[in-house]
Amino acid sequence: MVPLSWYLLLAAALFGIGLFGVLVRRNAIAILLGIELMLNAVNINLVSFWRYSDTLTTMSGQVFSIIVFAVAAAEVSVGLALVISVYRRRNTVIADELDMLKF
Amino acid sequence: MTGAQIIFLVVALFTLGSALMVVTSRNLVHAALWLVSTLFGVAVIYALLNANFIAVVQVVVYIGAIAILFIFAVMLTRRDMRDTGPQMNKSWWAGALVAVLTFAGLASLLSGWSGFSKTAADLPAGFDAISLLGEALVSPEAYVLPFEVASVLLLAALVGAVYVAFNPSKK
Repeated sequence: MVPLSWYLLLAAALFGIGLFGVLVRRNAIAILLGIELMLNAVNINLVSFWRYSDTLTTMSGQVFSIIVFAVAAAEVSVGLALVISVYRRRNTVIADELDMLKF
Repeated sequence: MTGAQIIFLVVALFTLGSALMVVTSRNLVHAALWLVSTLFGVAVIYALLNANFIAVVQVVVYIGAIAILFIFAVMLTRRDMRDTGPQMNKSWWAGALVAVLTFAGLASLLSGWSGFSKTAADLPAGFDAISLLGEALVSPEAYVLPFEVASVLLLAALVGAVYVAFNPSKK
């Protein structure tokens, strides 16, 4: 049987990769892709804590991960709508070029 | 090393390799397709954790809806059909440093925790995860309130997304 630590380390590595994508990519859509990776890492943690807990029948971890699914769908739909709206007005999706607030 | 461990390692390497391709590939359509393969790897991880319903939801919702939404957004925001210029900003090394430090910090924090190398007990006989999950989602003693709030949030977000992306100049 696989110990809990392997799942937690996989989730931490996936979170780190997603964080790298959020911090370094210039394209706003690529930043959202990184956020999706981070949300998936959190979900792996929730489900693995559920599986390795002593109270399997309360299903807490699975319920939390389903709510994270809903929040991720809401986040990505609003985020991509914003990106499309910004692209229509500014003709760019590069995060560095969206500097209207800079003076 | 048992068979389950070998399967886990193969799936984990596949997932992490796909995730690395998501953040490093120049072409955004390729990045979105690598995201599909990462999400599929995560779905296999859920199946290995005996969370069958979550695995199916991962395939249907994440791969079927979210990843396709990404591909649509990439195609709607192309200036031309190729990506020009660098895909990463100038201080990418600082981002890599922060990511590696985050991983190292999480790993060291977790390794000091007493339940770190816990192994799972076998599922009890006749354990029906799906009916327990359905009852937990709609039972007033459990999670009916977060469930309803999540559905209202999803509705509000989708109405907001339609409003934000709507183009009034093209009636």
